[in-house]
Amino acid sequence: MNLRRDVFQAIADPTRRAILLLVATQTMTAGAIAANFDTARPTVSKHLSILTECELLEQHQNGREVYYHINAKKMREVADFIEPFRNMWDDRFNKLEAIMKKYKPEK
Amino acid sequence: MERKTKVAAEDGKQEIMITREFDLPLELLFKAYVEPEIVAQWMGTKVLKLENRKHGAYQFETSDPQGNVVFRANGVLPEFIPNQKITRTFEMENTPASAVRFPVQLEYLEFEKLTDNTSKLTMQIVYKSVELRDQMLKMPFAQGLNMAHNRLQEIVNNLK
Repeated sequence: MNLRRDVFQAIADPTRRAILLLVATQTMTAGAIAANFDTARPTVSKHLSILTECELLEQHQNGREVYYHINAKKMREVADFIEPFRNMWDDRFNKLEAIMKKYKPEK
Repeated sequence: MERKTKVAAEDGKQEIMITREFDLPLELLFKAYVEPEIVAQWMGTKVLKLENRKHGAYQFETSDPQGNVVFRANGVLPEFIPNQKITRTFEMENTPASAVRFPVQLEYLEFEKLTDNTSKLTMQIVYKSVELRDQMLKMPFAQGLNMAHNRLQEIVNNLK
């Protein structure tokens, strides 16, 4: 099983990205998370279980309630590795664009 | 603001796709790839040779601030169509003995006009194997990833 690939599939979904944003700064119950979406509760639950399986979310039990919070370590891992490569090209292309905007043909 | 450069690589494939839209007419974007002085400026490299024609060759040399050559790269152009397409090989020369040696890679560059003042570059880089591509990026990653989602990026940065 390729867990890493699953992580990227997980964050490719807009609803799941929105869930990650919600719980990034606070711990929330499934109900509280679902209240932020128009989608049916079972759909949100499905998203939560995918995110939990990929270890992007962590659960903890508090009495009868299950709380979700973001797994910072996993999020960093996902965010970091592609960035240096993309930033390198972004910087080069930004430079290219800036240079060519100032470019005056000799003719 | 969304980052303009997109990078995608599917799991299990030996290629990377880089796309970028420019606030530049197609002709100016293409010029940035064929004029040695301009290439030198934005690539941050010295252009030793740049033959813009089918079966032409090129050679770049990158130095550190002290002037020591860090690496040289060279390649040939199987295809060259002005304002449309550059196909080229890319190979690093004299990498330090400790570094991994990467076999020749193939780069397909396609230039497209979007409007009179905007253009798009699509760059497909093909590696010898899936392993090499992944090594190149240190880790495999999948298509559809868009960490440009600004707020998410911000939060991730704050987690550090």
